[in-house]
Amino acid sequence: MSESDIVKDFLVESYENLDRLDRELVDLEKNPEDREALGSVFRTIHTIKGTCGFLGFNKLEAVAHVGENLLTRLRDRQLTLTPEITTALLTMVDAVRQMLSQIEKAGQEGERDDSVLIATLTRLQQSPAAQVSATDTTAPKPAAPAPAAVAPAPVSTTEVADMLPNMPLNIGDILEQRAGVTAAAVQLAVMQQKEGDPRRLGEILVEHGAVRPADIVDALRIQQAARAAAAPASDSTIRVDVGLLDKVMNLVGELVLARNQVLQFANRMKDTSFIAASQRLNLITTELQAGVMKTRMQPIGNIWGQFPRTVRDVALGCGKEVKIEMEGKETELDKTIIEAIKDPLTHLVRNSVDHGIELPEARVKAGKDRAGRLILRAFHEGGQVNIEIGDDGAGLNAERIRKKAIERALITAEQAPRMSEREIFNLIFLPGFSTAEKVTNVSGRGVGMDVVKTNVEKIGGTVDIHSTLGQGTTVRVKIPLTLAIIPALIVTCSGERYAIPQVSLLELVRLKAEEVSKGIELVHGAPVYRLRGRLLPLVYLNRELKLVADDHPPRQKDAAVNIVVLQADERQFGLVVDQINDTEEIVVKPLRKQLKTVKIFAGSSIMGDGRVALILDVLGLAQYAGVVTQTRDRAVTEKATGAEAAEVVKQTFLLFAGAGDSRMAIPLSTLARLEEFPVAQVEMSGRQWVTQYRGKILPLIRISVVMEERRNKLRTLQAPPPLDSGPIQVLVLNHDGRSVGLVVERILDIVEDRADVRSAATRAAVLYSVVIGNRVTELLDIPAILRTADLSASQAAPATQSAEFAN
Amino acid sequence: MAHTSQFCTFYLDKLLFGVELKGVQEVIRSLEMTRVPLAPAVVSGLINLRGQIVTAVDLRRRLELQPSPQGTLAMNVVVRSEDGAVSLLVDEIGDVVEVEETTFEPPPETLRGSARSMILGVHKLNDRLLHVLDIEKACQMVDAAATE
Repeated sequence: MSESDIVKDFLVESYENLDRLDRELVDLEKNPEDREALGSVFRTIHTIKGTCGFLGFNKLEAVAHVGENLLTRLRDRQLTLTPEITTALLTMVDAVRQMLSQIEKAGQEGERDDSVLIATLTRLQQSPAAQVSATDTTAPKPAAPAPAAVAPAPVSTTEVADMLPNMPLNIGDILEQRAGVTAAAVQLAVMQQKEGDPRRLGEILVEHGAVRPADIVDALRIQQAARAAAAPASDSTIRVDVGLLDKVMNLVGELVLARNQVLQFANRMKDTSFIAASQRLNLITTELQAGVMKTRMQPIGNIWGQFPRTVRDVALGCGKEVKIEMEGKETELDKTIIEAIKDPLTHLVRNSVDHGIELPEARVKAGKDRAGRLILRAFHEGGQVNIEIGDDGAGLNAERIRKKAIERALITAEQAPRMSEREIFNLIFLPGFSTAEKVTNVSGRGVGMDVVKTNVEKIGGTVDIHSTLGQGTTVRVKIPLTLAIIPALIVTCSGERYAIPQVSLLELVRLKAEEVSKGIELVHGAPVYRLRGRLLPLVYLNRELKLVADDHPPRQKDAAVNIVVLQADERQFGLVVDQINDTEEIVVKPLRKQLKTVKIFAGSSIMGDGRVALILDVLGLAQYAGVVTQTRDRAVTEKATGAEAAEVVKQTFLLFAGAGDSRMAIPLSTLARLEEFPVAQVEMSGRQWVTQYRGKILPLIRISVVMEERRNKLRTLQAPPPLDSGPIQVLVLNHDGRSVGLVVERILDIVEDRADVRSAATRAAVLYSVVIGNRVTELLDIPAILRTADLSASQAAPATQSAEFAN
Repeated sequence: MAHTSQFCTFYLDKLLFGVELKGVQEVIRSLEMTRVPLAPAVVSGLINLRGQIVTAVDLRRRLELQPSPQGTLAMNVVVRSEDGAVSLLVDEIGDVVEVEETTFEPPPETLRGSARSMILGVHKLNDRLLHVLDIEKACQMVDAAATE
């Protein structure tokens, strides 16, 4: 190992240690009597100091040294931790961090003057308590003022166990801590060993008279136990270079593409062994992909770890008291995303403390705790990660924001009263809003919020803000799990395929040829479609991409129209394409610089057949087509106002024909996908209908069987579907982490309705009957259906047979 | 011995061009191409080069030459630019030639248009002139887009 490697390792390790130090110091301030935390802080500094001395970084060593001295006094209870000491120690951590980055850049410490810091740290050692016990407080002395003065009693096993988390693995360090051996004595003994002394460290130390044999025995016991405790952690993880991980990730991306190609090829082949092999390849690739993605996943706690320190500094700076709470620290995100959201999140946290939470006096007056609460919450939801930064502060003042926005000409005075409170709050994300110097006392927020929004949107995320005046504000950031591989809908337009990221996709509408002339209307030449009573602006992809001339008729006569309903920045629009192919997991490859100017594409990807397809940037497309204006402010105000309010109570339902052609519905939110399987793909597993679906076995529940009378049910239960029938319609539902397919007769429609006229259910598995679209419809009770299905698969089965015999 | 350099040569509209050999990654036959709507006209499309997506530049257009006749399959000269690999579409591939520095001359003042910035000069070969292309300039789309 060369010297530079050692330095590199030292840097990596020290950066980690420093981050931990930040956290531990802030924790320690809250709880100064925590001996364990203090011991850990002390050891971290000690390690850095030791390595610095070894590598010849003298300035660094000097700073770490005075810090260690101060900590020694704290550890020996000659001093108690005050905020002043904490601040000084944190400043020291910052100084060490700066020096490390200097070493990283230039290979040496550089010219720095730390005399002020060193003087502060030295002065802080001279507290009254320290002066009683020590006379040499003027100059920083090495650790352990009176070594060996207190000979520790032999340790018991329980004591050993208690000490474990604190104990280093190195016998020298243990002796230093436990038996008061000086660092110099240990170093001397180590030198002697290196020069060829075959004896063990303990023996040498005993010979030097630095330590008693009994202490060595104790120390060895501690070491053994500490090793046993530490071994699993250090053996089960390894450090891997991120560059290597990225490379592996890229290769897996390639493999996914190659797999897709092979699968397409396999579809045309008759050779069963080849098909089997390609299916195996398929499964292994999927698993490998998931595995590799996992290696890049990091818990969000990694960046949250710095927030206690940030919060402390900001709170101290503006004289506030803030408690920080974290939920879902272990929520994992792709490394690139973690890096991308670090700054926006830090910004939001600072904002919450700086502007959200009030001064202690104001809080008490408002009947709240003196200390404000800052709540960080992270959780997974629908393939996305939600991160919330909430506070119980003053909240946003909608009226002031409204006024300010009018003043800044972001909205007009006529628009202002029509805007909902939520729209008003979202104004603070507008670029023009935050530039003012007086923003803080106008809105309470808004410093660089547009930058936060831009950065989050850059990685495909969204920011939303909720606030109640006097009760607090919560900012919710939604971001995708990963950027490298995304699910996308593949569409065809003028012979070329385009991928649409599924996050922007709302639904697909197909108009049959005879419905087109009625369905698509014109508003002064602009095509619109009535989607559940609301006008949806239509954008023809082939025209926008200039694949056809503008005056070209939008479609051939007698052709169906495929509308992809997309969401772009709170606006919905319909994209008309020639053909809708399928959804596919695609590997996103960024566009080269030469094509970056084309805002309508987000990237490119290689399809199963090896050809390149472009990925549409839905927001860019919407802007290009004029659905969303560039400045975004119009989009906010243009939004339908009346419908918005009604929508809150409206729910979207999927209507279908169930048992005996009766009209049934489920809330759309419970539905994962709609699928159509040929009957040949349905297999029997035990007594359950199943089908293979996306590399998993999907149990199929027949709605007709669930609904029918028990007598009839028993007869039809086991029979596989007749082969000559058409494809079966399946609603794929995700419930409690597992997927099931609900086989229905026919899918009818998707409707939005208030569904407030209800009556009690007349049969099992129905929640209640409601009026949807002026017709009585049964709303299914999905958990109940799942329960029935389980029953029919297992317990009811024996009964089936006897019933059959009885017939 | 005079300083020599090697060029990968190719033909465009019967003219002989060359790029420095060390800037060339590979030469391949025509590949299936995906059009990029709304892109600068010099961008012919994107090709899949063993899993790497490479922009293909219509060098004829870039040099303001006559467009190639319909139906001709262009060859790809894949070069390494600052922004990764770029494929230059050419009519036909020539030999790798080694030329001495002494045969080089800068382009005449009468050479105008966007081609001037891309053509560093010519090497006087025995029977014809070898136009030396600047790879970076040829791969830049910015000015090309501006002239659209």
